[in-house]
Amino acid sequence: MSYFDEIKNYLERIKKQDKYNAFLEIFEQRALNKAEELDERKKRGEKLGNLAGIPVAVKDNILVKGEKFTCGSKILEGFVAPYSATVVEKLEAADAVIIGRTNMDEFAMGSSTENSAYGPTKNPHDLKRVAGGSSGGSAAAVAGDLVPVALGSDTGGSIRQPAAFCGVLGFKPTYGAVSRYGLVAFASSLDQIGVFAKDPDLLESVFDVIYGVDEKDETSHKIDTSPKNVAFQRIEGYPKIGVPKEFLNCSQEVREIFEKALKGFNIVEISLPHTEYAVAVYYIVAPSEASSNLARFDGVRYGRRIEGDDLISTYSKTRGHGFGEEVKRRIMIGTFSLSSGYYDAYYLKAQKVRTLIAEDFRDAFKKVDYIVTPTTPTPAFKIGEITDPLSLYLQDVYTIPASLAGLPAISIPAGKTKDGLPVGLQIIGKRNSDFMLLFHDIFYFTGEK
Amino acid sequence: MDKKVIDKKDVEYLGNLARISLSEDEKEKLYADLEKILGYVSQLEKVDTENVEPTYHVLPVKNVFRKDKVKESFSKEEILKNATERKGDFFKVPKII
Repeated sequence: MSYFDEIKNYLERIKKQDKYNAFLEIFEQRALNKAEELDERKKRGEKLGNLAGIPVAVKDNILVKGEKFTCGSKILEGFVAPYSATVVEKLEAADAVIIGRTNMDEFAMGSSTENSAYGPTKNPHDLKRVAGGSSGGSAAAVAGDLVPVALGSDTGGSIRQPAAFCGVLGFKPTYGAVSRYGLVAFASSLDQIGVFAKDPDLLESVFDVIYGVDEKDETSHKIDTSPKNVAFQRIEGYPKIGVPKEFLNCSQEVREIFEKALKGFNIVEISLPHTEYAVAVYYIVAPSEASSNLARFDGVRYGRRIEGDDLISTYSKTRGHGFGEEVKRRIMIGTFSLSSGYYDAYYLKAQKVRTLIAEDFRDAFKKVDYIVTPTTPTPAFKIGEITDPLSLYLQDVYTIPASLAGLPAISIPAGKTKDGLPVGLQIIGKRNSDFMLLFHDIFYFTGEK
Repeated sequence: MDKKVIDKKDVEYLGNLARISLSEDEKEKLYADLEKILGYVSQLEKVDTENVEPTYHVLPVKNVFRKDKVKESFSKEEILKNATERKGDFFKVPKII
């Protein structure tokens, strides 16, 4: 089959079968043009890229040049991306086909995609339940077989939690392993682009294309690539897995599935004593950074403006109308934490406790190769079930610690509850060990090789 | 932890600092939410952080600069394309004073 026909099939499938509200828009013309180009180059005998013809969906906070872009918000209505994110350029250079943009919590703030200005994304395993968030659209698109692979972003769990809820692989690389140029900044000391897929080989191939140093993101840095050239080999007693005792206060069913998935592994009980404060640290640090990053949405250079009497009231009205409830809430928390008189007690204090959390991980990794936890305390909840903001924040209790420490982590499907809901298992690796985790060791956990 | 961290007029003040106009209903709800959330995060008071350095970001890097070289960038047209209102080559805004 030609690339053109294959991509046409995918486009038809998304149009007919996206009952999840996973996609906000399909890039039909862009995708068909690319497919046509691939067919022609193939005919001419040219060598095509490693991802030739593979359709990739991208979360709507990653820019794709010439395409509409919303970040799940009303405030960006009418915006057209003037450039592509580095990851998109790299994917297109590897001949992947960028097929559309996926739904998300507004500005990536949320754990259920219910904060999208364009309606919630539904879980393919149970349409009454959430897909998780904030990258819920990407997770549902992969889980519902609309695309084989999708990009998301993870600040406190926004890839791993929806991956767990939807029963797919969701990988958050080491902080700085992948360039964020062209990703809308939420909390810059935490944000990282990552990958959703069902097939671990495909996930690896996509990560292999998007990782790397980019002068446009000064936090991007080299990671360990030595495991790429080493063949996979089973080693007795390896890997040694640490299970932190602080991460087992989950639902009974999740715990049973988690323990069953780890049967036969070399397990050590460990303790990460400061991680109990991780959610509190996160909900100071992330909103603080967000309150600064989101100052740029003021209706001057882009987006929808609501005119006031003067410039200041124009800013306030534009932002008051354009931002949704959760975004306002977080900007307010951040503004408070950074305001004079509260900075030391909140922002600075949180950054100090963050150091203690990172040190807990550093100490634990002297004893074990990986730290493994349930990805979430419960399986996917019902749409509309959790309305209290703090209860929603606590959904990220197991994913936030690795984010604060900048560590790579992947959620893999561990099993299903008796109601047929997926449960995820999170594997946290040492900093910069992304290739070890993906190119070798994930097979220990998925049993693929 | 039972002490009040904010009161209602702080919400208005913060909204002003953040340049977000808020309806009376929103202020009420935000006040209740913020009180709860700030109450939760104030558990950090319990942690001994004497002699602990803050972690603003996890990488051991500082001041990464690019070479100071002139490079082609976006055209004015590309950048102004998304402007809400423009006048010639400028973004237009309502009166400032």
